[in-house]
Amino acid sequence: GRGGRDGMNGSEVWMGLGFGRDMSWTPRAVNVDLQTDATLQVDISDALSERDKVKFTVHTKSTLPNFKQNEFSVVRQHEEFIWLHDSFVENEDYAGYIIPPAPPRPDFDASREKLQKLGEGEGSMTKEEFTKMKQELEAEYLAIFKKTVAMHEVFLCRVAAHPVLKKDLNFHVFLEYNQDLSVRGKNKKEKLEDFFKNVVKSADGVLVAGVKDVDDFFEHEKTFLLEYHNRVKDASLKSDKMIRSHKNAADDINRISSSLYTLGTQDSTDVCKFFLKVSELLEKTRKIEARVAADEDLKLADLLKYYLRESQAAKDLLYRRGRALVDYENANKALDKARSKNKDVLQAETGQQLCCHKFEKISESAKQELVDFKTRRVAAFRKNLVELAELELKHAKGHLQLLQSCLGILKGDT
Amino acid sequence: VCVWGQAEPLNSNGQNSLLEEEEEEEEEGEDLFTGSLSVPLVLSLSRSLSLSLSLSLSLFPSVSLSLSLSLSLSLKATEEVSLDSPERDVLLSDGPSPVTPPASLISPHLPHNHLYTHCSFDEMEEEDTPDLFDISILVSDPEKTSMSLFKSPQATVRRRFSDFLGLHGKLATRYLHVGYLVPPAPEKSIVGMTKVKVGKDDSSSNEFVEKRRAALERYLMRTAKHPVLLKDPDLLTFLECSELPRALSTQALSGAGILRMVNKAADAVNKMTIKMTESDTWFEEKQQKFENLDIQLRKLHCSLDSLVCHRKELSVNTALFAKSAAMLGNSEDHTALSRALSQLAEVEEKVEQLHQDQAGADFYLLAELLADYIRLIGSVKGVFDQRVRLWQRLQDSLLLLQKKRDAEAKLHANKPEKLQQARDDIRELEGKVQQGERDFEQISKTIRKELFRFEKERVTDFKEVIIKYLESLVQTQQQLIKYWEAFLPEAKAIS
Repeated sequence: GRGGRDGMNGSEVWMGLGFGRDMSWTPRAVNVDLQTDATLQVDISDALSERDKVKFTVHTKSTLPNFKQNEFSVVRQHEEFIWLHDSFVENEDYAGYIIPPAPPRPDFDASREKLQKLGEGEGSMTKEEFTKMKQELEAEYLAIFKKTVAMHEVFLCRVAAHPVLKKDLNFHVFLEYNQDLSVRGKNKKEKLEDFFKNVVKSADGVLVAGVKDVDDFFEHEKTFLLEYHNRVKDASLKSDKMIRSHKNAADDINRISSSLYTLGTQDSTDVCKFFLKVSELLEKTRKIEARVAADEDLKLADLLKYYLRESQAAKDLLYRRGRALVDYENANKALDKARSKNKDVLQAETGQQLCCHKFEKISESAKQELVDFKTRRVAAFRKNLVELAELELKHAKGHLQLLQSCLGILKGDT
Repeated sequence: VCVWGQAEPLNSNGQNSLLEEEEEEEEEGEDLFTGSLSVPLVLSLSRSLSLSLSLSLSLFPSVSLSLSLSLSLSLKATEEVSLDSPERDVLLSDGPSPVTPPASLISPHLPHNHLYTHCSFDEMEEEDTPDLFDISILVSDPEKTSMSLFKSPQATVRRRFSDFLGLHGKLATRYLHVGYLVPPAPEKSIVGMTKVKVGKDDSSSNEFVEKRRAALERYLMRTAKHPVLLKDPDLLTFLECSELPRALSTQALSGAGILRMVNKAADAVNKMTIKMTESDTWFEEKQQKFENLDIQLRKLHCSLDSLVCHRKELSVNTALFAKSAAMLGNSEDHTALSRALSQLAEVEEKVEQLHQDQAGADFYLLAELLADYIRLIGSVKGVFDQRVRLWQRLQDSLLLLQKKRDAEAKLHANKPEKLQQARDDIRELEGKVQQGERDFEQISKTIRKELFRFEKERVTDFKEVIIKYLESLVQTQQQLIKYWEAFLPEAKAIS
């Protein structure tokens, strides 16, 4: 990747890491399997991590006539992605679609904290240990960085692949307008408003969910999604814990390797060779274990996290439809009342028609969306589970080979 | 040595001696966190010379309360402490010389080598361990040459934990102060024993019994491997006699126990004041080396402990994830994916077991070996200290002799009776000095031999264990490959 910017000092130098397209890792199809459409292709070609923000270079290739050029790039930050997502959510026309979930905020706090601790404890460890740990932390930072890029890219790709959303004007502005969108983050008042909106929404959601649906398909989807969402949440949490334990164990192996090395250099007997050889072995196997944990994180934990967000988005769709249904039923009642009183009948009729139209529109697209959701989900799980198994096998085989060759040498020695 | 453990709950119709022991143990149990913890704490704290603090801890129950709050913490304390060798306090009692002087036990025509190079070891001892538990020893000795030492090729005896401690006490008293490295016995663990006594049938008390059983097995093996200790009549009695007199002096609050504590305190203070002028660089070098080795082994042990802990955690978390994945599979409505997720859950369950087993190997193979060696190094330091003590005694005698000689010179003219007395004293002292010099030389020689043997044993031990450990790692990876290979087609079958 490209090097960092200048103007960084000391421990911050390495945080200005660039990230180029030439890496063999492709973020695009990490969690979703999307058909690429020649008329509009979006990706994040580069990203830069500065002190407390990440700058993404969004690169677009399009044959659509509404763009001024066929290929262009802009620089965007996380807040602008959120703005785009929120604009979709607030748009009534899109009520019948699963809005692609917003990417999570880039969070380097934990990594930064660890680095700081390392810097503070520099005096208490040997130079080799310090360099080793620093390398590890840098690798961790890079991994988090790659992930956040992937999340943001997936969001854009989902939008670009959606038959309706890809035509959204805000989306085009996001892709093309090469100035800052001046989307400031929400201030306290707005955040408070959001909070209340959410409270109202969840209360309402409970009410709406209680209404039994005539349509079997949607009734089934409702029950299914509720349960599925909760279980994915649980699985996501547990997989995170498991992977963290794995990383901890790998760290321990690192320390053991260092101790063995010291023992080996100090020892004057025959066994020093053993110590040194095993120390070397553990150094290598630790790297493998760390890779296993990282791959599990990527293929399993991230998959679960993504579907946690998507299943929430699907639930939101069902809620909107449920809301529309309730509104429709209320409009029907209002119409009946108006007709019985013979007062404001026309008004009631138009109202009822509007609600009916809205409800039917949502129902129609919702059905398709939910079917697509299932297809995507199955494809993504398949892809990731297969890749997970293949990677586990690859690492285990490599690990085994290392162990066997080391054993061979040591046994031959005795 | 194979040791198998068997835990039996106390039965009310036990013999008198059993009841007696139970009562005493009970007392110990009641004073759980006050009295008994003081012993271990003394051992570790005396090293850092904060003696008064440690003694007072035993007397102030209020302080001990903080210790009782976290069982794991106190267990750690006893564990940590067990890394110190209790050898050193035994030396203080300036034990009697061995019943038969060590020299006579070394009969050159007996081929000792047979006794310990056999990898399954000539003696196969099976023992069961702790207090209140039945233990059995199985000794089988195929080597004809050493038949003369044992009455029969096989013997099974029941021993209590306190019997082991008693044996160790006797051996230590007899051999340590002439420079032999007596392997240290496993430590008492009040917390662990209480759990077991209470009758908790959970994994932690089973683990404790297993740990202790394994530790006692290793202890006996190591002791029996020692060419000199093997011929000790007490060891032979221990291995063969069906009834052993109770070893009472091993209890923490017994008279002997308290004496040990006090002596240990005195010893530590003493050690500070002895400054030996080392004429032999070999000893200086070796002492430094063992110091370094001690530090490194402790560090390694600490990391290993952490690894065992994290692996166990990993095992638990993997199990939790497996359950969660199974649930997810259940609620998934696409049949093929649902099946694949269930399969994933199964794989993870198996992986959990793997992690558990690996953690066991980490512990029983590596961590315990390190702990043993850390305690052994304590033994080594003990004999070094003993040598210094002998040297000190020699110097004292020399000084006294010089004084008497000077005094005699002054007396020369005046009083004939006193002169005779003085001359007698001097002769006696000269004898003492000679004996002292001989002792010092002897101990130096013995230590050299012992260290040589120790290093050899250390090399073999470590090599063996490292290879076994790597083999366990190999097995884990092979299993992993099997499991994931079984899963892969399932994942691919999702359509």
